[in-house]
Amino acid sequence: MNNSIAKEKIVSLRKKRSLEDMRFKYYGFTAMCLSLAVLVFLLYTIFSKGYTAFQKTIVLLEVDYNQEVLKLTPDSSDEDKEKGKFFRVKKQAIENFFPDLSKSDIKLVKKLFSINVDKEIKDYFLDNPEVINTKQQIWVTAHSDVDQLLKGNSRRDVPEDRRKLNDIQLSYVDQLVEENRVKQVFNNFFFTKADSRHPEIAGVAGSFMGSLFTLFTVFILSFPIAIGASVYLEEFAPKNRITELIEVNISNLAAVPSIVFGLLGLGVLLNVFGLPRSTPLVGGSVLALMTLPTIIIACRASLKAVPPSIKEGALAVGATKTQAVFHHVVPLALPGTLTGTIIGLAQALGETAPLIMIGMIAFIPNIPTGLTEPSAALPVQIYLWVESAERGFQEKSAAAIMVILIFLFMMNAIAVFLRNRFERKW
Amino acid sequence: MSNSKILANGVDVYYGSKQALFGISMDIKEKEVTALIGPSGCGKSTFLRCINRMNDLIEICKVSGSIKVDNEEIISEKTDVVSLRSKIGMVFQKPNPFPKSIFDNVAYGPTIHGLVDSKNELEEIVHSSLKKAGLFDEVKDRLNEPGTSLSGGQQQRLCIARAIAVNPEIILMDEPCSALDPIATAIIEELIDELRLNYTIIIVTHSMQQAARVSQKTCFFHLGELIETGETNKIFTNPDNTKTQDYITGRFG
Amino acid sequence: MFFWSLVLIAVGIFSSFIYGRSRINLNSKKQGTKSKSLPTYYAQYVLIWCLFPALIVYFSWAIFQEQIIQNIVISNFEYIEGAVYNEGLLLAEIRNVANNPSFADGKSIEIINAAAHYSSLRQISQISFYTSIIIIMLLGALYASQKLKPEFHAQHTIEKYIQYILIFCSSVAIFTTIGIVFSLIFESLRFFAEVSIFEFLFSTEWYPFIPIREGQTAAEGSFGAVPIFAGTFLVMVVAMCVAAPLGLLTAIYLAEYASQRVRKIVKPLLEILAGIPTIVYGFFAFVSVAPFVKAFGQSIGIDASPTSALAAGMVMGVMIIPFISSLSDDVINSVPQSLREASLGIGANKAETIKKVILPAALPGIVGAFLLAISRAIGETMIVVVAAGTAPNLTGNPFENVTTVTVQIVVALIGDQEFDNPRTLSAFALGLVLFVITLFLNIIALQIVKRYRERYE
Repeated sequence: MNNSIAKEKIVSLRKKRSLEDMRFKYYGFTAMCLSLAVLVFLLYTIFSKGYTAFQKTIVLLEVDYNQEVLKLTPDSSDEDKEKGKFFRVKKQAIENFFPDLSKSDIKLVKKLFSINVDKEIKDYFLDNPEVINTKQQIWVTAHSDVDQLLKGNSRRDVPEDRRKLNDIQLSYVDQLVEENRVKQVFNNFFFTKADSRHPEIAGVAGSFMGSLFTLFTVFILSFPIAIGASVYLEEFAPKNRITELIEVNISNLAAVPSIVFGLLGLGVLLNVFGLPRSTPLVGGSVLALMTLPTIIIACRASLKAVPPSIKEGALAVGATKTQAVFHHVVPLALPGTLTGTIIGLAQALGETAPLIMIGMIAFIPNIPTGLTEPSAALPVQIYLWVESAERGFQEKSAAAIMVILIFLFMMNAIAVFLRNRFERKW
Repeated sequence: MSNSKILANGVDVYYGSKQALFGISMDIKEKEVTALIGPSGCGKSTFLRCINRMNDLIEICKVSGSIKVDNEEIISEKTDVVSLRSKIGMVFQKPNPFPKSIFDNVAYGPTIHGLVDSKNELEEIVHSSLKKAGLFDEVKDRLNEPGTSLSGGQQQRLCIARAIAVNPEIILMDEPCSALDPIATAIIEELIDELRLNYTIIIVTHSMQQAARVSQKTCFFHLGELIETGETNKIFTNPDNTKTQDYITGRFG
Repeated sequence: MFFWSLVLIAVGIFSSFIYGRSRINLNSKKQGTKSKSLPTYYAQYVLIWCLFPALIVYFSWAIFQEQIIQNIVISNFEYIEGAVYNEGLLLAEIRNVANNPSFADGKSIEIINAAAHYSSLRQISQISFYTSIIIIMLLGALYASQKLKPEFHAQHTIEKYIQYILIFCSSVAIFTTIGIVFSLIFESLRFFAEVSIFEFLFSTEWYPFIPIREGQTAAEGSFGAVPIFAGTFLVMVVAMCVAAPLGLLTAIYLAEYASQRVRKIVKPLLEILAGIPTIVYGFFAFVSVAPFVKAFGQSIGIDASPTSALAAGMVMGVMIIPFISSLSDDVINSVPQSLREASLGIGANKAETIKKVILPAALPGIVGAFLLAISRAIGETMIVVVAAGTAPNLTGNPFENVTTVTVQIVVALIGDQEFDNPRTLSAFALGLVLFVITLFLNIIALQIVKRYRERYE
């Protein structure tokens, strides 16, 4: 009798316990799904905010390349053509953009166009000098405010004083749409231009090149040093206090916040050594020091993976230790090291804070061509655009994030490819 | 006693605080095959690796005593380990060809020692070494293929060729057949028999049959001590020591 | 300039290599003996003696040339009585004129003179740079060629040099640490010369505005960092509230429940989460989470700041999830299988095994992982720079605006840096605090994890 009660108790308890088990598993599953959901949501946010940046709005403008207005003749030399008075042509074109514009209206219309229009009018002429004294219909870049309005990123139902475009300008835009004098095309500026104060002509080319130069510096500095350090620690270092100190040092350096490396760059590289500010040279040096531990750890792991029998084989035929290591062990560890280096570079590519510290946050409107030229970097460019108040920059920052993510993805793909292609199983 | 090649006297080896060899003394004759036998962990491989100073690689390993090769002391700070090792080739338990081409595997030694002045000479050395190792006919058409693509037995012969290529006088073999199948083993044993004409060979082996087949002298190790040494025939038919007797009759090991 | 000098050095090392090789062959033929090492080693020997001195010259020029020239130009500049000069602007102007003569229009005669001086100095510097590179390479080769005798053991020497190079490479990590400590302490000392350390550590007023020019009437700055530390702590707590449960539960699920296939898919996805640059998380916090938090606050009647600790902390938590989950995953996996089997063997179910056996066994490792995560959260910069505030605020309310140590470092260093101004220097003092705390957390965490590992190995 007692026995059966006990049994019943056990059975009911077992039910409860298995329920508990299910619940616990469910918690874990939910946590995992939540984490992944955030990832999806994050990517979705970036894509939905950013894809519009790959298009720009252009407006059809009738330009009269009158030789008197331009102060040019059909026989003017190329040098003179450069100096033509294109701003007057543009002014005229805008004055005639809509029929019967008043002076104040002209001002409003002018604000529908990008600041780049002057240059576009000029470039069109320089490419087609025969258009002198003719009227040409040219597609020119619209102002960011128009662009944002047509993309639906800024709303028209807010009160007029909180809008970039007032009611009259809105009606002009509507008229343009109606007359098919405005359209959206692929935004080549985004990929060919550097930063700008004007969102419609701001691009990532400058910061992209800056990041490339920075990564180049990181690679040149960290790869050989990491290999040297790993080879020494793994193959040659005597087991003593100093070696141990170096090892502890490396593992702790890996956990130092990146911003502290920025302070190092500022305090030592800029202030003590006087290296040029805001340059990929300094940025790359700082990031190289930062990624060094990552690469050393990867490199040591792949050196460890080379079986000692290979080294023994070389030693047995009378190679010195140095020869055995550099002829046989290091070449075999190279693919693994390279993989680790690429992962380290990917880390360095996304690093922002240290670059801000050493001044790569400066506004650089041209594309850098060397290591010692002031330049921006992709992540800092994103930061600058995120912080910017102008609406037009928000889509740019999301689009720049897409660029950096694709860049990162490709680097990781290369790393995985290298690992799969060259990794040896012993 | 004039033709003694290696003369060991009172060799002690410690791994940290643990003593692995106890006062080993041995006299190895030129152009003979000497087999070191004994149960696992008896120190025969340790002794072998003293002869070309491979034990240097193990940091906690300390060697004392005296080993003379051609009347030159080698257990000494002053020994030029590199030239010692070019004089004493070694073949390991598991074949360990470099992950390079067959040609490069054999060519590596002569190249780093500067034994050759021209490409042709190098080719000659590689070919003759491969021939001596009995591998040439099998691989002559694919010298550029990686050494690791060969079969186990071929790899081991490649390693022998690699050792021969530096023109050593002594070859140490550390259980060279333990990773091979019987057919490959037979080929290697045959090869050892041929190599005896030109080289002094010391072979560590687990297999008493192998020792009996290939060696002229046999040394029996037990628990870090050299129990008995003598003509192979005598050791296997009429050993002096009862421990040897027990081992070769299979009572332990 | 430096590109062509690289070409010059390349030519130098190439010819030195060839020279060394032929020279040793010649010498050994003359003496009729074989050289002790292979000819390549003698060639390498000459090469090293050619290359390294040249590199030293190259780098010292690269680093110091501009500085020295600028100093000379500035010290020789004909200042006009009474005029106020900003040295940086002046230099920029001189450089502009020197690099681009068309800028000279309308510039004062002193500037034009100085620019001419600058250009001529540059020219002198360039000529002497090339000459000294060539001379130093020749000297190096000359020295080395004296040693090119067959009895010289070139290989030994080369291998010794290689050892030195390797040792140098491994000491870069040490130099880095020394550099960090040195720069942080040096600038912090300058800061504490003007601001008392007690005020910095214990006062609650942070108004880092100090009159920059004399006579400017502004409030004296005060540098009490307590609100900044409190803000950092608050954001970190929010982040850990998100990351600890999610990360740990994910790790448990992956290690104990998930099938091989799920693991194979989820782990790389989590790695993606870990590989996303932090500025991207900052963007995410700024455009998605902060508005959401604000709306949520409104719906429950709280006026949330657009730069609330909650938004920044939540996103930071998301960033840390993969960090915690992968560390915990390792820890849980290293709990010996025998413990699991023992528990399952007496009829415990999986949840009980995990809760009563595995987690207690793995606890030290998990604590270590959390400490590392905290250290990372404290040091994280970009998320808080974008999503948290810049104004110090001593509060425990996560809906309010707070600022953090890293934000203040960035704020102090963006824009004009005046290294005689405590506002700029305060960045280094804050950096020192950050460095010490993260280092401390890291050392403890690594110690715990290490001891934990040893227990099961």
